[in-house]
Amino acid sequence: MAATNNLVNLEKIAQLLDGQIITDAGNPDRIIEGAFASDLMSDVLTLPTKHLLLLTGLVNIQAIRTAEMSDIDCIVFVRNKKVTVEMTNLANETGIAIIHSPFSMYKASGILYQAGIKPVY
Amino acid sequence: MHFEYHVEGGNFSQAGFTSSQVKKTLKQLNVDGDVIRRTVIALYEAEVNIVAHAYKGKIAVDIDPEKISILLDDEGPGIPDIQKAMEVGYSTATPQVREMGFGAGMGLSNMKNNSDRLDIDSVVGKGTRVMIINYFNPTR
Ligand SMILES: Nc1ncnc2c1ncn2[C@@H]1O[C@H](COP(=O)(O)OP(=O)(O)OP(=O)(O)O)[C@@H](O)[C@H]1O
Ligand SMILES: [Mg+2]
Repeated sequence: MAATNNLVNLEKIAQLLDGQIITDAGNPDRIIEGAFASDLMSDVLTLPTKHLLLLTGLVNIQAIRTAEMSDIDCIVFVRNKKVTVEMTNLANETGIAIIHSPFSMYKASGILYQAGIKPVY
Repeated sequence: MHFEYHVEGGNFSQAGFTSSQVKKTLKQLNVDGDVIRRTVIALYEAEVNIVAHAYKGKIAVDIDPEKISILLDDEGPGIPDIQKAMEVGYSTATPQVREMGFGAGMGLSNMKNNSDRLDIDSVVGKGTRVMIINYFNPTR
C-alpha cells in the first residue's frame, strides 16, 4: 500500500490510467482516497462512503446525477466512452471531476488498487 | 418553505432534477451534510421510481426548522404487494430501465435506510404515494 504522504490527486489518477481530465470542476487539487467500480447506479446509491472516485462504463446523465446525490468527487469513464456536453455541464455545475481512460474497468481498478486507493468493501 | 415539482414518466434525461434542486436548497440552509446526503439519496430513488415505473408524478417538498417532508404522488400502475416490492432484488424494471443503470430492486430498501420515516401507499391501476421525512438534528 502507498504511504499516507503519497497523496493521489486528479493529475496522478489521469497519469496512472493513461487518461485525460475532461473537467476538474474547478478543483484540480482534490485528493482521491477511495474508489468503487460499477455500472449499476442502484448499487452506487447504497454506498456508505462519501468523496469516492467512481469507475464506470455507464455513460449517461444519470451517472452524473447519481454521483451528485452520493457526494462522489470524481468519475472515471473507462474504455474511452465519451461524455456529452450536457454531462460535462452538469458535472461542472455539481462539482464532479471527469476523467476518460482507454483502459478496461478491470485494468483501471487494478492500477488504482495498487496505487493505494482504498476499496469500499 | 414549500416547493412543487412535476416528473414525467420515462424521461430519464430529467430524472434527478428535483433531487438536485432540493440538495441546493438544503445546502443554502446549512443543513448537516450527512442529513442532506440521506435525504437526496432517498428522494432521488423515489424520483427515479416515478420515471422508471409510473406515467407522471408530483413532488411536494415542505421544509420547516426541524425537518423536511417530501410527498411524491404519481399516476401509474401502482404496487400490488408493497412488502414484496421492498425486498432487495424484487424488480419489474424494463430492459430500457436496466440499461440506464437501474432496476436492481434496491431502491425501496435504500429509501428506508436513508429516511427517518417512510410511508408508501399504493392503489393498483391508479398510482403510488411515497412520503419521506427526515429530521435536521441528527441526534434525534
Ligand atoms: N412509483 C412506483 N410505481 C409503480 N411501481 C413501483 C413504483 N416504485 C416502485 N415500484 C415497484 O417496486 C419495485 C421495486 O422498486 P425498487 O425501487 O426497490 O427497485 P427498482 O426500481 O426496480 O430498481 P432500483 O431501484 O434498484 O433501480 C419496482 O420494480 C416496481 O415494480
Ligand atoms: Mg427504484
